Amino acid sequence: MTDRTPGPDPELALSVRDLKTYIYANNRCNRALDGVSFDIHRGKTLCIVGESGCGKSVTAASILQLLPELSRIEEGEIVYHGAEGPVNIERLKRNGRRMRAIRGKEIAMIFQDPMTALNPVYSIGFQIKEMLLYHTRLGKRARHAKAIDLLRSMGIPLPEKRVREYPHLYSGGMRQRAMIAIAMSCDPRILIADEPTTALDVTIQAQIFELMDTLKREQGTAIMLITHDMGVVAELADDVAVMYMGQIVEAGPVGQVLRNPLHPYTRALLESIPVLGRGKNQQIRAIPGQTPDPYDRPTGCQFAERCRYRVDACAEMPPETQVSSSHRVRCWRHREFMADAAE
Amino acid sequence: MSDVPLNPGDAVRSPPRPRTRRDAQFDRIRDREAARQGTKLRGGRFLSKFLNNRLAVVGLVIFASIILLSLAAPLIAQHDPKSPNLRAMLDPPSAEHWFGTDRTGRDIFARVLYGGRVSILVGLGSALLSALIGVVIGVYSGYVGGWLDWVAMRISEIFMSFPQIILVLLLVAILGQSLLNLIVIFTLTGWGGIYRMARARMLSIREEEYVQALRSFGLGPARIAYKHMLPNALGPIMVNITLSTAAFILQEAGLSFLGLGVPMSVPTWGNILNAAQDLRLLENAWWVWLPVGATISLFVLSVNFIGDGLRDATDPSQQG
Amino acid sequence: MQPSEPILRLRDVHVHFPIKGGVFKRTKDHVRAVDGVDLDVYKGEVLGLVGESGCGKTTLGKAILQLVRATGGSVTYHGDAGETELTTLDDAGLFPFRKRLQIVFQDPHSSLNPAYTIFGSLEDPLRHYGVRSRAERRKIVGDLLEAVNMRREAMDRYPHEFSGGQRQRIGIARALSIEPELIVCDEAVSALDVSIQAQVLQLLMDLKREKQLTYVFITHDLSVTEYLCDRIAVMYLGRIVELCDAEELFANTLHPYTEALLSAIPVADLDRKSERIVLEGDVPSPVNPPSGCPFHPRCRYAQDVCRTDVPALRPYRTAAGGEHLAACHLIDQPPAD
Repeated sequence: MTDRTPGPDPELALSVRDLKTYIYANNRCNRALDGVSFDIHRGKTLCIVGESGCGKSVTAASILQLLPELSRIEEGEIVYHGAEGPVNIERLKRNGRRMRAIRGKEIAMIFQDPMTALNPVYSIGFQIKEMLLYHTRLGKRARHAKAIDLLRSMGIPLPEKRVREYPHLYSGGMRQRAMIAIAMSCDPRILIADEPTTALDVTIQAQIFELMDTLKREQGTAIMLITHDMGVVAELADDVAVMYMGQIVEAGPVGQVLRNPLHPYTRALLESIPVLGRGKNQQIRAIPGQTPDPYDRPTGCQFAERCRYRVDACAEMPPETQVSSSHRVRCWRHREFMADAAE
Repeated sequence: MSDVPLNPGDAVRSPPRPRTRRDAQFDRIRDREAARQGTKLRGGRFLSKFLNNRLAVVGLVIFASIILLSLAAPLIAQHDPKSPNLRAMLDPPSAEHWFGTDRTGRDIFARVLYGGRVSILVGLGSALLSALIGVVIGVYSGYVGGWLDWVAMRISEIFMSFPQIILVLLLVAILGQSLLNLIVIFTLTGWGGIYRMARARMLSIREEEYVQALRSFGLGPARIAYKHMLPNALGPIMVNITLSTAAFILQEAGLSFLGLGVPMSVPTWGNILNAAQDLRLLENAWWVWLPVGATISLFVLSVNFIGDGLRDATDPSQQG
Repeated sequence: MQPSEPILRLRDVHVHFPIKGGVFKRTKDHVRAVDGVDLDVYKGEVLGLVGESGCGKTTLGKAILQLVRATGGSVTYHGDAGETELTTLDDAGLFPFRKRLQIVFQDPHSSLNPAYTIFGSLEDPLRHYGVRSRAERRKIVGDLLEAVNMRREAMDRYPHEFSGGQRQRIGIARALSIEPELIVCDEAVSALDVSIQAQVLQLLMDLKREKQLTYVFITHDLSVTEYLCDRIAVMYLGRIVELCDAEELFANTLHPYTEALLSAIPVADLDRKSERIVLEGDVPSPVNPPSGCPFHPRCRYAQDVCRTDVPALRPYRTAAGGEHLAACHLIDQPPAD
């Protein structure tokens, strides 16, 4: 992680620099992403955590250029580091040939609701084979065999039979596995998962997590996982980026950020949820107020209104500061919090 | 999260995306927002959405002016729509007769104005009546379900599967031609559509949690259905009323044209058109059919525009 | 907490939904949503009802309120006027008991009528319960909104003007409007953002203290129940598989399903990471529940006896001397009865 050698890091899969994406629905301008930077590495999981409306899904949509019609990437860079050298995604045509070649083959995505993400009129096998048809040169037989292999490796029992079945015969957890099978069909370097288990039960969620961990370990897939659940972060992440109102307020390796949170929002998030095993007398502290109107954002620190540690300086936007080689935070008072933690 | 600086030239530098018309629009919005930070949009979203729909506003203007003109017919028309004038048969439009005269010398302008009263009454009246019946039955049976719903559904199916023309012939044969009969027939054949729509809306609203909450308070089914659920189904019902108004006016014109509607002596848009049932007139006396035809089309079109506008304005999923 | 007297007593409650099919709409089979539940709810407690989707917890909650009628068994309400069997009452007979039992729903977006202002939505139940004057109703609604930390003026605004957390608070205000004794909270915080969840949880706890309420808290989130509940009932396929005091459940888990459920929950604490027990397969269909113990196809300890015999919910002694009910053949301590 602390790579200081010049030249591109061979493990780097995607880097996003100062990305700004605005949404223009209803004749208003929503600055959904306001300067977001992060890297995704092969064989690592980056968790992006935040509440609804913080811009985490817009980040994923920007990377794949699957943004709504009335929106655009204003500034910044999204550089995909593929086998054929780096590509500036933000410069590609939204639905051009090169963008389509990257989608699915290089960067794949799975969605929150497996119930609607699969087309009910085609068999699961057909939907996997369609991906293989578009992105690979495999023959018909080879595609069928690969589809069965994929389902088997996703832990779906009786894949020879299941491959011919339609989505309604699959349960929720099985559908999410099938979605991952489709996403992984062309061995993408990056898998983006947008709240993949929010619609699933906890015991099924555990199965999907096991599967994603295996993909990361065995195939070296770079995973970007979007979630609102700090528990999921603790469970799966190598790196974590905490988002609030279109900005990353804190980012770093999961051990540093969770054990030693430096941004008041990260701390507040961790304190506001009951944690299993801490018993009935644990203190939870609600975050007062609510997220600001996206059309009427504060000019300074976005979290200031709700922050316990607010000072006058917070009326101005704090810069992103690198506190260690891998840990950065956007808060005027992070030095005090660091000193507190050191004691 | 190492911050490897990206050297320029690292990435394959494809040229930036070309700007489009949309980009210019986005820039305008962004600059405007930056200029007036902090001010909020206010005002009725429904009204502003409707008024932003240019076609709907145009439709509303045409609709209102045709209705006003028809209502004020006695003040505007200088001629009696029913009295023939044998000295002025088939006169082309002139200062005296703005739309000319028909075969018996009646002033067509006056007939179009007076005809509008009957046609709009038939159209709007039948649409409102069938909506009333359909909504009253559909809302209750959709919410309560059970045997009541089953019975209402079967009855509506019977009425909807009856060929309208046979009903018309039957009633005309028994009761004779009259305005009222026409309205009765249209209502009988028309309520099923609105009933089904209201019922379908109720079936989906029934599952909403606020309905469950009201039930948990022990409120009666009629109160829940009519007071609390109906307002949420009103949008599509209004749209349906406007659309069926247009359809009924066309049907009246059609039936009167066939001689099955309102008696020929009463001026209606359909009867005026009916008088042009003659190749000679069609070829040589365009003023007999063109003005009334255009009025019908204009009115129906305006009603449809209003219906579309209402649908868009009441549909929260459509952004204006 | 030593439970006082019961407010509700459920005995062998079944809720079976018919599946109709064929030309004549004959009943082909039944979804056994709730399949024989015995449960007491004590005055002033918070009872957690936990389980995965399809386990019947929501149906059971609605059966308590008679929003879904039980197809078997009894639900008795214990009030000042003695015991009343609710399942046999018609709407008119239920009327006095509707006032005692209320519900808060999961989805803050569908729990308020979009066509009316907050006052318009909340006044009707009040009128129904005899508050005749409009001024009086406005005063009550205003007081209720203040009780859930909102401003009085909010009553003249429409639901779409509020955020999810605010709507959930309005939903709680509505449930409180007729001063119930027991509130069923059906996933009341699950749809809210994490930062808002804590606000609503704390509000619920404050209200409970002020108004001496009893909650039945239905949720899939065990971390919330641990924080909130006095007793917890774990449900699987329409049955209660384990029921005991909250602390006892986490300290001394008896049922293998509860054990797996606990281990599957992601914990936001790096120092408490435990080994994940990953259950194989999915929850079986409640139309054809497995023979014997409903959990045996996914249970890693399953024996032959589990495939044939349905385990009864039996009491076990706890270290503190309380009762711990569990339905499993393989618990290696003798039942207390």
